[in-house]
Amino acid sequence: MPVSKVYETSIDRLSILEPDGTFDESLGKGVIPDGDAVKLYEHIMLCRKFDEIAFKLQRSGRMGTYPENRGQEATSLGAAYALESKDWLVTCYRENAGLFWRGLPMEKILLHWMGDERGNQIDSELRVTPLAIPIGTQMLHAVGLAWAYKYQDSSSVSCTFFGDGATSEGDFHEAMNFAANLDIPTLFFCQNNGWAISVPTSIQCSADVLAQRAVAYGMKTIQVDGNDIFAVVKAVRDAAAYMRETSKPAFIEATTYRLGDHTTADDARRYRDAEEVEEWQGRDPVIRLRKYLEQRDLWNQSKQDEMEARAEKTVAEVVKNAEGIEPPVTEDMFDSMYASIPENLKTQRRTLRTSSLGQDPSQLPVRDTART
Amino acid sequence: MANLTLVQAINLALIQEMERDDRVIILGEDVGPNGGVFRVTEGLHKRFGDKRVVDSPLAESGIIGTSIGLAMGGLRPIPEIQFEGFLGPAYDQICTHAARMRTRTRGGLTVPMTLRVPVGGGIHAPELHSDSPEAIYSHNPGLKVVMPSSPYDAKGLLISAIRDPDPVIFFEPKRIYRAFREEVPEDEYTVPIGKARVVREGSEVTMISWGASVIHCMNAIEASGRDIELIDLRTINPLDYETVMTSVCKTGRAIIVHEAPLTCGIGAELSARIMESCFLQLEAPVQRVAGFDVIMPYYKLELDYLPDTERIGKAINEIVAY
Ligand SMILES: Cc1ncc(C[n+]2csc(CCOP(=O)(O)OP(=O)(O)O)c2C)c(N)n1
Ligand SMILES: [Mg+2]
Repeated sequence: MPVSKVYETSIDRLSILEPDGTFDESLGKGVIPDGDAVKLYEHIMLCRKFDEIAFKLQRSGRMGTYPENRGQEATSLGAAYALESKDWLVTCYRENAGLFWRGLPMEKILLHWMGDERGNQIDSELRVTPLAIPIGTQMLHAVGLAWAYKYQDSSSVSCTFFGDGATSEGDFHEAMNFAANLDIPTLFFCQNNGWAISVPTSIQCSADVLAQRAVAYGMKTIQVDGNDIFAVVKAVRDAAAYMRETSKPAFIEATTYRLGDHTTADDARRYRDAEEVEEWQGRDPVIRLRKYLEQRDLWNQSKQDEMEARAEKTVAEVVKNAEGIEPPVTEDMFDSMYASIPENLKTQRRTLRTSSLGQDPSQLPVRDTART
Repeated sequence: MANLTLVQAINLALIQEMERDDRVIILGEDVGPNGGVFRVTEGLHKRFGDKRVVDSPLAESGIIGTSIGLAMGGLRPIPEIQFEGFLGPAYDQICTHAARMRTRTRGGLTVPMTLRVPVGGGIHAPELHSDSPEAIYSHNPGLKVVMPSSPYDAKGLLISAIRDPDPVIFFEPKRIYRAFREEVPEDEYTVPIGKARVVREGSEVTMISWGASVIHCMNAIEASGRDIELIDLRTINPLDYETVMTSVCKTGRAIIVHEAPLTCGIGAELSARIMESCFLQLEAPVQRVAGFDVIMPYYKLELDYLPDTERIGKAINEIVAY
């Protein structure tokens, strides 16, 4: 038989809670207990409020560029909920919901986008890395982190988030290859929102589904409806169990959509159709989760009103804290450069206000002494 | 003549070169229908189509690596890297291949490509959107490095870069993309690569700068009331030493201003060259006003980091008082 099939595969897609509120009991039962479902819903609504206020801060000149998260909350939140606090979250920049769930103080994210490094000064116990601005670079760190814990016989795994665009970067492929070939338990969580700024996913990936990339690296994979928090939680939980058992990586492609612009510096109307946005508005993770809760008498309008008022107050407090912080002093830019500051930097630091170039004027020769 | 911003001048140069030479193509992230995140390629996709204005996958190494191949294959690619901070993944292709191909093959294969990159700080942008890496690429022999400070120079230099037989990195100071307008000829013209511009003549001090800092130099000079000569390098590599040395030997004093960190910046090279060429004429040590030797801070502190009119003014006082 000169020609034979050497490989065939298929990839599953998991969805439990449909946009219209239909719930698959056989798959979804017990995935999220009722009490937690309420908490997760409230958390997304809080993140929405945060998003809305952050957007307004930017528009009124009180904050720099900000990437809205709206529409994508169920992905990182579902993952953070399903993982354990000993697992690392290695994020990109649209994962507020997951980071806040893990315990990152909300003002940290505001401070980051307000151009303040103290927004990245994160308690290392939280096991989250700072927002990654350079696309596609952080997945390798996630592999290194999981490797370090494996080395130390810990059962911690890492989960790294990235977009569809990021899967074009070389570093992404290197991270996949390292994790797969060295048996490192990293969960690669791709948030495929169809766009990388103005570039559609078809320019990043010509495979029918993006998750095929994982197959090429010999990695276990599944596609989930990323706007369905039940599907996300189940997929991440299954992947984490598999990773802890086998010490192998896994890949999840979550299909989702950013309902806002790429960032406040972008105008998505230039490149995507209103109909597409409208279609996805109907698939909003919040709408279906609310339907789910209401069908089970776990939620109603008065709870909604009360919760919205609470969210408003919480976010107002967060903004107050972020804006109320003392401005950084110029010297701050020197102080975290190295574990101990080298002499030449100390000099620049000391004389930055008295001299043009940060050199110690007393070290400059003056004509009289220079010529003798 | 048209009254254009730097962005418009670059856009016009791109249109004219694409019309003139169908080997010229543009590739990069969001350069197509979106017109680039700074709108530098606005309208080009509509005008020249998919084949010549190409939205690429999100991969800087890929953008530059394929541009090298395109150039070796007879085209004149103009790749765009969205911000200077994302040159990192492309560094390998730029320095291990673009810079070396001609000499490696003793002229057999060449890389006539123009790499456009927005550069520098001052626009309240996130991390890695505000750096000044021109010295890094000037330290790599085989590359030409250009940075205009005005719409007129931007158009003329970009046309020269596109027609240049070697790889040129064309840094676009984003702080002045739309800061002011200038009369720019509608017809094509070139500004030569490797030639500095005397912005203002003077006898007491020579001030040397490039990119967005040139404007701060101008302001500081005016505020000082002194008779200072200002040179805009325009091309950082190869550097126009003749114009610099003629001026410094005349004035006897030199101040170099750049956004990039002090250590191993272009100011260090210039200072050494001035010492070699003008030693006997120097009336004072060469002064540098530069970024501090720290990571470019996030934007709350970026103005504390960037050389400004006040710090340049101090340097003027110091060097005159010496
Ligand atoms: C290395 C690098 N190149 C380019 C950019 C500019 N940039 C920021 S976000 C983005 C698109 C990212 O798309 P994707 O990975 O799909 O993430 P999404 O924002 O859609 O979640 C680009 C090109 C960057 N930040 N880093
Ligand atoms: Mg995307």
